Amino acid sequence: MALLEIRDLTVDFDGPRRIRAVDHVDLLVERESCVAIVGESGSGKSQLLLACTGLLAANGRASGSVRFDGLELLGTDDPAARIRGSGIGFVFQDASGSLTPHRRIGDQLAEAAVSARGITRRAARAEAERMLERVRLPDARRHLAEYPHELSGGMRQRAAIAAALIAEPKLLFADEPTTALDVTVQAEIISLLADLCRELGMAMLLVTHDFGVVSGLADRIAVMYAGRIVESAEAARLLAEPGHPYSAGLLAAVPGLDDPPGTELRTIRGTPPHPGANLPGCRFEPRCEYARAHCRGEDPPFVTNGDDGIACYYPLKQGEQ
Amino acid sequence: MSGRGGLWRDAFLRLAANRVACASLAILMLMIVAAIVGPLLLDYRQDEIDWAHMAVPPLTAEGHWLGTDRLGRDLLVRTLHGLRVSMGIAMLATLVSLAIGVSWGAVAGYLRGRTDALMMRVVDVLYALPQVFFVIILTVVFGRSPATLLVAIGAFGWLTMARIVRGQALALREREFVEAAIVGGAGTARIVTRHIIPNLLGPVIVYATLTVPQVILVESFLSFLGIGIQEPLASLGNLIADGAVEMETASWMLLVPASCLVLLVFCFNFLGDGLRDALDPRDH
Amino acid sequence: MSGLLELRGVTVKYALTGASRRRELTAVDDASFTLQSGEMLGLVGESGCGKSTLGRAILRLVPLSAGEVHWQGRRIDQLRRKEFRGLRRELQLVFQDPNACLDPRMTIVESVAEPLRSFEPGLSRAQRIARAMALLDEVGLASELSDRYPHQASGGQLQRAGIARALILDPRLVVCDEPVSALDVSVQGQIVNLLARIRRERGLASLFISHNLAVVAGLCERVMVMYLGRIVEIAPRAVLLPAPLHPYTRMLLDAVPRISHAARRRPVAVPLARDPDAPVAGCAFAARCPHVIARCRSERPPLQARPDGRQVACHRAAEWPGGLPPATA
Repeated sequence: MALLEIRDLTVDFDGPRRIRAVDHVDLLVERESCVAIVGESGSGKSQLLLACTGLLAANGRASGSVRFDGLELLGTDDPAARIRGSGIGFVFQDASGSLTPHRRIGDQLAEAAVSARGITRRAARAEAERMLERVRLPDARRHLAEYPHELSGGMRQRAAIAAALIAEPKLLFADEPTTALDVTVQAEIISLLADLCRELGMAMLLVTHDFGVVSGLADRIAVMYAGRIVESAEAARLLAEPGHPYSAGLLAAVPGLDDPPGTELRTIRGTPPHPGANLPGCRFEPRCEYARAHCRGEDPPFVTNGDDGIACYYPLKQGEQ
Repeated sequence: MSGRGGLWRDAFLRLAANRVACASLAILMLMIVAAIVGPLLLDYRQDEIDWAHMAVPPLTAEGHWLGTDRLGRDLLVRTLHGLRVSMGIAMLATLVSLAIGVSWGAVAGYLRGRTDALMMRVVDVLYALPQVFFVIILTVVFGRSPATLLVAIGAFGWLTMARIVRGQALALREREFVEAAIVGGAGTARIVTRHIIPNLLGPVIVYATLTVPQVILVESFLSFLGIGIQEPLASLGNLIADGAVEMETASWMLLVPASCLVLLVFCFNFLGDGLRDALDPRDH
Repeated sequence: MSGLLELRGVTVKYALTGASRRRELTAVDDASFTLQSGEMLGLVGESGCGKSTLGRAILRLVPLSAGEVHWQGRRIDQLRRKEFRGLRRELQLVFQDPNACLDPRMTIVESVAEPLRSFEPGLSRAQRIARAMALLDEVGLASELSDRYPHQASGGQLQRAGIARALILDPRLVVCDEPVSALDVSVQGQIVNLLARIRRERGLASLFISHNLAVVAGLCERVMVMYLGRIVEIAPRAVLLPAPLHPYTRMLLDAVPRISHAARRRPVAVPLARDPDAPVAGCAFAARCPHVIARCRSERPPLQARPDGRQVACHRAAEWPGGLPPATA
């Protein structure tokens, strides 16, 4: 049994018109593995995470099934409370999302340890310091007594990771954990997350728009577009031979240092659709280089082949990108 | 959402979808029309004494639908006149505070620095003066008239507006589109009038709709104290003051102008709330 | 030979009003460089290194604390405000956040046409709109979007409009301040390609600011690297990428995300940035530098020109004339 099992998850937002942010998504996260959801803004990737944790906005409704360690999270009275007890940690894009600005970092970490693990305050203080060292925050003892704003962006993100890990979660949700950071610091946080997952035997569901972040970290990748997963595969396979034209386009769009000067960057034409836009056929069809008449008519089903799957009538063959 | 068309039209459509705000607007319109044309259509003047019907309750005497007061003056006519005076003063004072407050605040907020500090200290000093005291001095010097009252209220009304606008302008000034306008060669005057003021109009309009009932209350309060509108002129304030004296024997004399005031204040507040939601430039 | 734009010792300081004492933050520290006519010069560095401030200082959106700015051989940092306004026609800016750089209460085409009001007062409204429409067409923005409001368009579309507005006065230099970092990955390339095409067709000079060395390297012949307010290396792209001389440039190069198709490759770990607020006696990079020696902490390395035209601010640069090799994980 997988650690996290998402089946047929759909998220709708009520409003002047109904917006479907996540559309019948299936996803598995195995124990001690890292799954990355890659998608652009408006693809529904963040809403998917929020729906799993019951943190959707007031006008959002989730249906389907999300089972964590065999326990159904959707439709319970207060999923947020259950998760806290049941071992899912959360790291946000903006570290201030998980750290309170007006309390010392040590106090926040210790309190999280006390409430999640039921240890004494004294033990929790020691644990807080150990955890800050573990996230490679230099001079951990000094930072315990500091407030979040006294740290730099990268250090704050480490402290936020420590706060998420101190409850010893089995699964970590990471929502664009490096997007707000500089490239140099990004590299550091990625390798930190990878090491921590391995050392602590923790699984991770990572959400990002950046293939560069994913390539060093994920075991499996699910590419999301306009509320649906369009391709899901083992990471090395997807990075080397993307099957969906959208995955291929996103990969090609990452600028590299090896291109000769003056070469045009590979791009995907057009812009991502508005959330809830009504697209009858394949959602990517208006932007797809390989689209044919058939793509316009009907949304392609998600066809699975073993663990991998793809929603495309005419997936790319090897060497075609 | 809608492809083209002005932001104001979008805002209007959103407002039209808000039932409470629409009802409030309709009631306000009705009250304004009644205040303007009502007294012309009725048989009595506001200071006309009907010796045959003194202090009659509503719906008992022919022609006096809402009864009369101690002196036999028609209460409906007097309430409508009071509404006219109170609303007139409130609208004018709000306009004055809009004009001064918006330009004062926008200039201070945009220029920042020393100019801003100086301009806002002026506001602080005026804030520190007790308004009632100021009104009393004005009435002593210039006599009691609606004009004096208007000046007295207007002189204070713009202070809060200026502070709100300055805060907004300070925030707007940091926005990139203002920098973009500077790079595009626009001068201070154009930036303030074309970029700063239009973008803070939303909160300003909302605050203005909330200022109107506030001013009506201040006017009523001053008239109630006897330093506002004077007999035989009617205002909602002095009608309530007169009615309060008769509260136990002739409750309608209090209830008629008081409910009119309550209705007015409620409607303006609901309308203000509706406008705040409707003018939010984002779509949802 | 003096170039189109020349900066000499430009320094920008901000006053920080703290809780107790007044402090100063040196955002740009003694920056000097020359930009040739028609050249596209890249400027890279981490956030907070002062690269945006430097771009804004050229356009006089922030005041200089010291130094000189020369435009076509003429000193412009001391011009009075009125005189400088005439120059704005030649110096334009493309902003980072396309959602914030257009007035939300104006339609896209009105915003694009606005600079014409100042510089071509003879034009009628219809003529201004026509000029703006022609330019929107050139940057590839569909004409049906032109009379929408900013909140009705996407980031990539707005950035095209932002570029059109920068171009409408036909400037000679455009400062591009992180023009793609707020955009979706699939759209970033469109904007980069658009900027490259415009520059080619119009022969514009440009200062292209970004935190991503890969984006800069694809566009610019020459790249400037900035660290904590100081320019640490200026070199042509062709030599900078294979053989960086400054250890910080090496670090930036190593941090560029690479998509490894084969085995997992760990990105290189780097030390943390230090407090940009604390005054630095020696080299600003000393605290993070793997090649640091005692001299680096006490003596500030000047930006020195080498015979091959490259400039680098490092005491030890002479020790690795062939450039620093990539760090191994």
